[in-house]
Amino acid sequence: MLHEHYAVVLLFILFGIFFANLALGAAKIFRPRSNRVGDKGVSFECGELPVGSAWVRFNIRFYLIALFFIIFDVEVIFIYPWAAVFKSLYPALGSLMFIEMMVFIAILVLGLVYIWAKGDLDWVKTLSKRDGNKEVSGA
Amino acid sequence: MGDMVFYLFALMTVLSGFFVVFSKNIVHAGFSLMFTLFGVAGLFAMLGADFLAITQTMVYIGGVLVLVLFVVMMTRIPAQNLPKSSFNRKIPAGIFSVLIFAIVFKVIGGTEWNVLPVDAPEATISMIGQKLLTEFIFPFEYASIVLLLAMIGAAILIRERKIDDDEEVQS
Amino acid sequence: MMEVGLTHYLTVGAILFTLGIFAVMTRRNTVALLMGVELILNGANVNFVAFSRFVETSIDGHIMAAFVIVLAAAEAAVALAIVLAMFRNFGTVHVDSVDSLKQ
Repeated sequence: MLHEHYAVVLLFILFGIFFANLALGAAKIFRPRSNRVGDKGVSFECGELPVGSAWVRFNIRFYLIALFFIIFDVEVIFIYPWAAVFKSLYPALGSLMFIEMMVFIAILVLGLVYIWAKGDLDWVKTLSKRDGNKEVSGA
Repeated sequence: MGDMVFYLFALMTVLSGFFVVFSKNIVHAGFSLMFTLFGVAGLFAMLGADFLAITQTMVYIGGVLVLVLFVVMMTRIPAQNLPKSSFNRKIPAGIFSVLIFAIVFKVIGGTEWNVLPVDAPEATISMIGQKLLTEFIFPFEYASIVLLLAMIGAAILIRERKIDDDEEVQS
Repeated sequence: MMEVGLTHYLTVGAILFTLGIFAVMTRRNTVALLMGVELILNGANVNFVAFSRFVETSIDGHIMAAFVIVLAAAEAAVALAIVLAMFRNFGTVHVDSVDSLKQ
């Protein structure tokens, strides 16, 4: 059967799940019961008092970073098979396959240049610029 | 043994899929979507599609799902009274879904599939690479344009803001 | 119990597809709607790979599934950006609340 190669992977996953649950379960059995009253229920006992709700909303700017990550993450689908066959296919296709991939990457780099030039990537500069805008509009 | 693993993954996929659809809490739905995608990756591995299994875990779970959970966290509203829709959507939608499934299931069971007695390929990556660079060269290059447009379009959608973040939180 | 074959995988794909359809029809939160779309795409992907394994000798189904994953990533990026823009303008991600063309 072919699946024997994957049996190792499956064992890894199962052992990972098993050990994580073993550690947490054992801790649950052995630790003293805490009645979560008063300061016991606070996230950081003897520490800072938590302010506000834990269900905060995150800033939208994090999304931009995640978005650019995923676009370049998708490239791996194409670049990895390309790299895997490059050596064996080079005699047949020659430098054409190198050019193909360079065109592919160049198109995506175009997007990177665009977002870089528009200042979506810099975190601090946009803030100060916006503050400046606010002062101008206020005056 | 192989069949057991298939049923394990299939059960995981289907059960967490039900959770995604029926869970009231959107965060729980997002996290059970992770198990669905992981189960699908396991099914890919069972089918001998090793490259797709890795891709599924890397791009789908590591990328798309993270994006979805990000947005879930960005758009949560603590308590809101949503407008009640005028009629119960669940019943007609349920009937329609069951109907679709019945038809598809009937087709799956009723067709004499021409199953070839071939073993699953050993390693698919080199074959995929070869096809991508020769036969599928146009979709391959076109995908980069699609990604470029998605990137620029999403950046523009996000960027254009009339209200500052700080004011938005206060309002 | 019969040997696991093509029909088993197709059934899993069909279940995923149906669940996705049901989610798209009933869910009113935009992000949950997108999750339904992801379920549909995954059901289709399972079918592609299953057919490629059992019915075809070529590997075209795998490439199709890879392109589906790429397009799903692009779609998710744009759609979630739209969701965020909608949230910024309307303060909600509930589909029924967003029914005006202009604020």
